Amino acid sequence: MNKARQNPLNAVAAHGALILYTLIALFPVFVILINSFKTRKAIFREPLALPDADSFSMIGYETVMKQGDFFLYFQNSLIVTVVSLFFILLFGAMAAFALSEYRFRGNTLMGLYLALGIMIPIRIGTVAILDLMVQTGLVNTLMALILVYTAQGLPLAVFILSEFMRQVSEDLKNAGRIDGLSEYTIFFRLVLPLVRPAMATVAVFNMIPIWNDLWFPLILAPAEETKTLTLGSQVFIGQFVTDWNAVLSALSLAILPVMILYVIFSRQLIRGITSGAVK
Amino acid sequence: MTALQLTDLNKSFGAVHVLKDINLTVEEGEFVVFVGPSGCGKSTLLRVIAGLEDATSGEIRIGASVVNDTPPAKRGIAMVFQSYALYPHLNVCENMSLALKQEKQPKAEIEARVAEASRMLSLDPYLDRRPAELSGGQRQRVAIGRAVVRQPQLFLFDEPLSNLDAALRMNTRLEIAKLHRQLEGSMIYVTHDQTEAMTLADKIVVLRDGRVEQVGSPMDLYNNPANRFVAEFLGSPSMNIVPATRLGGSDGEQVGIRPEYVHIGDAGALAGSVIHVEHLGGDTNVIVDIGEEAPFTVRLFGQFDIEAGATVQLGFDEAKTYRFDAAGSRLS
Ligand SMILES: Nc1ncnc2c1ncn2[C@@H]1O[C@H](COP(=O)(O)OP(=O)(O)OP(=O)(O)O)[C@@H](O)[C@H]1O
Ligand SMILES: [Mg+2]
Repeated sequence: MNKARQNPLNAVAAHGALILYTLIALFPVFVILINSFKTRKAIFREPLALPDADSFSMIGYETVMKQGDFFLYFQNSLIVTVVSLFFILLFGAMAAFALSEYRFRGNTLMGLYLALGIMIPIRIGTVAILDLMVQTGLVNTLMALILVYTAQGLPLAVFILSEFMRQVSEDLKNAGRIDGLSEYTIFFRLVLPLVRPAMATVAVFNMIPIWNDLWFPLILAPAEETKTLTLGSQVFIGQFVTDWNAVLSALSLAILPVMILYVIFSRQLIRGITSGAVK
Repeated sequence: MTALQLTDLNKSFGAVHVLKDINLTVEEGEFVVFVGPSGCGKSTLLRVIAGLEDATSGEIRIGASVVNDTPPAKRGIAMVFQSYALYPHLNVCENMSLALKQEKQPKAEIEARVAEASRMLSLDPYLDRRPAELSGGQRQRVAIGRAVVRQPQLFLFDEPLSNLDAALRMNTRLEIAKLHRQLEGSMIYVTHDQTEAMTLADKIVVLRDGRVEQVGSPMDLYNNPANRFVAEFLGSPSMNIVPATRLGGSDGEQVGIRPEYVHIGDAGALAGSVIHVEHLGGDTNVIVDIGEEAPFTVRLFGQFDIEAGATVQLGFDEAKTYRFDAAGSRLS
């Protein structure tokens, strides 16, 4: 930042507020992490204490590793999340490009129709979706989840991305057309890189709800080999006894992949290469 | 041979009729400038010629062939945009060579053409830079270079200099004039700027509301405007319009007098009080209230001490005036 515009008091206040917020936001994660390394007794006796020689225990992680096929759940969650995000971004961006770039009959109507999904939760249609999946034989496949999540994410993706694509310079696309680039090349090579921050936003918005979702895995893919991590962790939460060590360990493990994905996307959020393209 | 021929060209966006019955010929090697007020359809006309918009009706002929259904890349044209429109992820060299790669030209040919263009436009030190690392003037030169390497039959420029400051604009203007002499290509150039239009053009096309008002050489249009609109549009400061009744003419008619043909001092046909004086060093603009709605401008060559509020007599040569009827058409 420019030195002349920097007021030290303001900087301290801003950083103070941000640090405070970070602490508050990270506190639950921190508690989960430390407790996942403690014995059951220690968790209840002193939930906020750090694990020491006495209370340290890997029992939770051991249970998680033994119980069921945890790596498979992990893999399922990862596949569902990544593939859904890929389809949301690909189809969302394509639809947004068509809506923002081409004049055709019913353009506005189509845009409104696609945006309608933002206001209507997809869970309302659960029964119909289940019926559809049964008829197409997709129950208990990851494909079922991927399709549902893609449908769920598309409205917002189209809405946000088409807004951003309208701002991409008309001249730049036309220069591409005059230079003989195909519409696909213009889309993939010129427009997509310029809306990368918006794509990252869409990805982050969609990633966490998909990763955490319990509803659709429970209804559409409860079979052992298609269980996601969230669903798999439910076995430790019983009606009468809950294996807190295992639950906390499973949650700790579940945080990791989202964090990695988040770091990848957020770097895109910050990086902008638009400068210099047009005046 | 003609480089471009437009026949009865029309363009509508839905109900909005933007271009109306345009007929126009651009000869080989000619430098044609489109001028007109904002929103009159200059950019739209250029985009229709480029193939970025479809013509609603009419024929577009570039060289020997009708190109109405030819995609932009195959029309043998190149375009330079006001906003530069460089590819942000490619460096200068790649920006210039992209179209040639797209045409599948041999590598040696691409290198030779890029080297030639970069020499012509003094871009050699910047070939490895991204557009973000260039100044505005350099970016516009790259955009021009990108057009030059394609060796098009027809260059299209849409206000290429309007984002540059005055000094750079003059330099780049000279550069474009030089380029035109070297390349001997036909060029169409859209501008708001009088000076650009007058200095660059072989032929000026004045547009108003999507219609061609007049076509001719710069001096032709300046000396012989077909109507009041063209007369007022060309020349700076613009022509004074006085009701003919003030000068013994008939009712409804108007008389146009260019500011540079008026002299102050001797008893003249008009008189008024000075509102404001602009000292430009080389010339002096005197703005006079003659009792009409619009002020009357006099352009004097040299420096003069005239006070605001002074009463002046305005004299002019009757032969240097233009007479227009009530609808604005030229009478004499
Ligand atoms: N896509 C479009 N849809 C509807 N109307 C349009 C469209 N593009 C241009 N127009 C209209 O066509 C007219 C001419 O626009 P154009 O951009 O050609 O003007 P211009 O002469 O280039 O103006 P300027 O000197 O300000 O660049 C304007 O009235 C504009 O509103
Ligand atoms: Mg324009």
